[in-house]
Amino acid sequence: MKETPLSNCERDFLLKAIQEKKRLDGRQTYDYRKLKIMFGTDFGCCFVELGKTRVMAQVSCELVAPKENRPNEGIMFFNIELSPMASPAFEQGRQSELSVKLNRQLERCLRNSKCIDLESLCVVSGEKVWQIRVDVHMLNHDGNLMDAASIAAIASLCHFRRPDVGIQGDEVTVYSPNERDPIPLSIYHMPISVSFAFFQQGTYLLVDPCEREERVMDGLLMIAMNKHREICSIQSSGGIMLLKEQVMRCSKIASVKVSEITKLIMKALENDKTARKAGGKCGFAESMPQERITALKKDETAVEMTDVTERANDIVLNAEVLPQTSQSLLVPLPGMGQVGKDLPNSWGIEEYDQDEEEAFNSDEDKQTTMEVGEKQKAHEDVVEISDSEEDEVVILQPEAMDKAHKKTSSSSHLKEPAASKKRHRK
Amino acid sequence: MSSFRCFVQCGNMAGLELLSDQGYRLDGRKSTELRKVQARMGVFAQADGSAYLEQGNTKALAVVYGPHEMRGSRSRTLHDRAVINCQYSMATFSMSERKRRPHGDRKSTEMSLHLKQTFEAAVMTQLYPRSQIDIYVKILQSDGGNYSVCVNAATLAVIDAGIPMLDYVCASTVGFVDETPLADLCYAEESGGVSSLALALLPRGGQIALLQMDARLHQDNLEALMDAAMTACKGVSKVLDQVVRQHLQEASLATGD
Repeated sequence: MKETPLSNCERDFLLKAIQEKKRLDGRQTYDYRKLKIMFGTDFGCCFVELGKTRVMAQVSCELVAPKENRPNEGIMFFNIELSPMASPAFEQGRQSELSVKLNRQLERCLRNSKCIDLESLCVVSGEKVWQIRVDVHMLNHDGNLMDAASIAAIASLCHFRRPDVGIQGDEVTVYSPNERDPIPLSIYHMPISVSFAFFQQGTYLLVDPCEREERVMDGLLMIAMNKHREICSIQSSGGIMLLKEQVMRCSKIASVKVSEITKLIMKALENDKTARKAGGKCGFAESMPQERITALKKDETAVEMTDVTERANDIVLNAEVLPQTSQSLLVPLPGMGQVGKDLPNSWGIEEYDQDEEEAFNSDEDKQTTMEVGEKQKAHEDVVEISDSEEDEVVILQPEAMDKAHKKTSSSSHLKEPAASKKRHRK
Repeated sequence: MSSFRCFVQCGNMAGLELLSDQGYRLDGRKSTELRKVQARMGVFAQADGSAYLEQGNTKALAVVYGPHEMRGSRSRTLHDRAVINCQYSMATFSMSERKRRPHGDRKSTEMSLHLKQTFEAAVMTQLYPRSQIDIYVKILQSDGGNYSVCVNAATLAVIDAGIPMLDYVCASTVGFVDETPLADLCYAEESGGVSSLALALLPRGGQIALLQMDARLHQDNLEALMDAAMTACKGVSKVLDQVVRQHLQEASLATGD
């Protein structure tokens, strides 16, 4: 399914807000959304929530024959699934451009940087090695899938335990988790990717773009680093032109963000470890908020309150006095009610004909018998062209057109549709 | 063939010296030297633009068709720009082991996407709304720096086709060994686990059209590596400029100007 195109006014609004350093959800330019990492009951299952983007990663292992040119190294295989449940734009048939891009980026970020000791995965050199497979599934797409996927992948790899293997001579025994405790993988470092979105040919940059911001961005720069300030991968995408200074600045921002995120992942791993040791319940089901009164409670959002009182007083002083209207209900006919008859127009549209407004108001009633007589009085320029009882065609006379031109654009906009699209319900 | 493979394996196991003490690399170059570039434009008569480029042992052929009417899915037409369609493929005989899938696998698709991104930044697509420009690149022999050679060859092909660009697009791959940046990596250096950076640059403005880096590199070394890459790209741009001018001279002599 093709995704709904972004309307021009939404695009302009987003770009203008970015120019004023404002984001849709009130974040600062270098802020990440709220990151939540949860682990499932199995080892190697990890859920990541980055704002509303949700991603799940699962690690599994299998004994296979190694590659010919690397007989004593294990095999790592990454797979990102863009499931249609994440976004209506994702289709079931794979190999869309985005899917290839994300897959390759994750592979380069994790495999080329050698974050896992592959030689420790070797069981019998040249015959049997462990193949570690990381499957990442996108559950909800709200922007920045790459960062969420990389966090999920590395957290699940840290969480995973593979079965213990015993070698006696030529015999290889794989112990099940009941017989011997499974052992964790040996991970050298944790590469985490940080995405930067560029707008207006590189003038403005945002960290962690949400889905709307991704639609209007010019291009994306992904920098994967670990907490030792080593860059594991850089990839620029989209048709933007970067300058060297921008790349250097982004790498500095990335190093700060990566150390924060690494701390979060370590904390989540610690919590999970203590929960498991204590024998308490752990896993995805436990991490969902319970059905309590405060389950749907939202955090307080900060509101700018510095000069609110002065501004409020200004508005009150400068505002016009509203006409005091008594809202009494008039019932001219059974089944038809009228409110606000003969009162001045309070919609803020100048020169809106009073009779037309009345007729317009009365049109809104669902079961009504139209007062045709009253309407005929109001519109001398009503001409019945067709015999249709449905539509009434109004021909705007030249002087009516001139009048329309002299009015403000907003009022003429509203007057003509109101005048020409009236429906009779008989 | 088998001896070459042994050579590479020895390299992995014994830690082959990619940079000797005197500052010489495996093929005798210094750390900032580029490989020998030889190029020819207008190799095919059928295509709108074509070029053949050799950088050391890596040989690439680039062909450009366009701008022409949108083929295939009309719905992808852009109302204000031309669509650039790139396809990257490697000949089955290009590497030491026969390549089973020349195109359609993930790496080739990713490379095609990168080429598309690079040229979308450089080609003035606003001049050709609702049309399509095709760029096809084929690697005939692969000896490292595939992406850079493709970009350089495609630049020449686009110029040969007469499509206006903002500037030459020059690319080069640099690596970092023993605290020294090495310009224009060959296959042995690339596969030696060296952190490599591929950069596509528009030399006059210093704007980076594509930046790609793999393997671990400390943040402090990034600037030095990028500087080395930009210098290498500027060197390549001089060579490309020379090739274009020479081709134009030959063409004008042939038409008797």
